[in-house]
Amino acid sequence: MASMRDIKRRRDSIQSTEQITKAMKLVSTVKLQKSKGKAEASKPYFNLMYDTISSILRKSENLNHKYLKPGVSEKKAVIAITSNRGLAGGYNNNIVKLINGELPSGDTLVYAIGRKGRDGLLRKGFEIKADYSEVINEPLYRDAADITLELLDGFTRGEIGEIYLAYTAFKNTVTQIPKLIKLLPVEMEAGEEQESKAHALMTYEPDEEEVLDSIVPKYMSSLIYGALLEAVASENGARMTAMDNATSNAEEMIEALSLQYNRARQGAITQELTEIVAGANAIS
Amino acid sequence: MADVFKLKVVTPERVFYEGEAGMVELSTTEGDIGVYANHIPMTAIVAPGVLKIHEGSDVRKAALHSGFIEVLPQEITIMAEVVEWPDEIDVKRAEEARIRAERRLKDNQAEIDVLRAKLALKRAMARLSAKQ
Repeated sequence: MASMRDIKRRRDSIQSTEQITKAMKLVSTVKLQKSKGKAEASKPYFNLMYDTISSILRKSENLNHKYLKPGVSEKKAVIAITSNRGLAGGYNNNIVKLINGELPSGDTLVYAIGRKGRDGLLRKGFEIKADYSEVINEPLYRDAADITLELLDGFTRGEIGEIYLAYTAFKNTVTQIPKLIKLLPVEMEAGEEQESKAHALMTYEPDEEEVLDSIVPKYMSSLIYGALLEAVASENGARMTAMDNATSNAEEMIEALSLQYNRARQGAITQELTEIVAGANAIS
Repeated sequence: MADVFKLKVVTPERVFYEGEAGMVELSTTEGDIGVYANHIPMTAIVAPGVLKIHEGSDVRKAALHSGFIEVLPQEITIMAEVVEWPDEIDVKRAEEARIRAERRLKDNQAEIDVLRAKLALKRAMARLSAKQ
C-alpha cells in the first residue's frame, strides 16, 4: 500500500516542525522573562513622569504652550512599534490593522520601529517617513530620546500636527492589547480630579514655560521607551502563545496520522495474509 | 541630625536610589542648589553635575546628567535620564571625552557643534568630579 509510506513521510515532517516550534517556544519563554523584568523596572519612572506632568498641567490649565495645542499641519505622525520577525500570531498584524482603522493613510507619516509593521503599512498605502527597525532588537533610552527629538523637530517646524504612538501593551503572558495613544499635543485624561495640596503651591524654576519645554520631550521619550520595552515583552508573549498552539496542533496531527498509519499497516498485513492463505488453498 | 526627607532617584531603566537623606546637592539650569527637608514645593530642570546625597554623616556622590527634580516638603524625586555611581564611571573614557570636547570648543568651527561640545564637556566634568 503506497499510502503507508506517504503517511509516514508526512508524520515525520510534522514531527520535525513540532521540534522547531517547541524550541521556539522555549526560546521566547526565556526572552519573555527577561523583557518582562525590564518592562517592569521602567514602570516607576514612567508612572512618576505621568504624575508630574499631569500635576503641572492640572495646575496650569490656561497655559498657552506650543506642546499643548495642535500644530498647524493637517499631517499626523504615528510611531508604529512592531517586530522584525514574524511567527508571533497576530502580533504585527493587529498594530497594522489598528493604525489603518484609526488614521487616514493619505495624511499620516509613519515612523516605523519594526520591519513587519513597516511592510504591512507600506502595503496599505501609508508613507514611511523613517525606519528605526534596528532599535527593537535592543531598545535603549537613547533611541527613544533620538526619535522624540526628530518628531518634536517636525512638530515645531509645522510639518506634523499630531503625534501618535501605536504599540502592544503587555497585560500578562497571554493577553496583549494593541494600543494607539496620542503623544502630542499633550492631553491628560480629565475626570480624575484629585486635589493634591502639595502641588497647589508648586513653584517652577526658571518658569513653567521652560520647565514644560524641557519636561515634555522627556515625557515623550519615557512613553516611547516604556512602549518599546512593553512591545518587546508582548512580542515574546505572543510568539510563545503562537508556538504553544502550533506545538499542540502538531501533536494532534501526529496522533491522527499515527492512527491512520497503524490502520494502513494492519490493512496491509491482513491483505498479505489473505493472499498467502488464498495461495496455499489454491495449491492444496 | 535635623529632619530627613524621602529621596527617590529614578531612571528609565531602574530605581537608582531610594532612601532617607538629610540634604541633597545638585546642579540645575539656574545654578547649584542644596535642598533640606521642608523646602517649598518646586520643580527644576537638572543640569549636568555632581549629585551629592547626605545620609547622616555619609555623603554619596553620583554623576547626574539630565532630567528634572520635583521637591516636596517631605519627599524629593529626581527623574534622571542618565545618572551613574562613581564605580560605574570609566575614568579613561570621561577624560578622553573631556579632551575631545575641549579641543572642539577651541577649534570653534560650526556653531551647532558648540552647544553639543559644551554639554559633552559638562558631562565629562561631572563624571570626573563624581569619581574623585
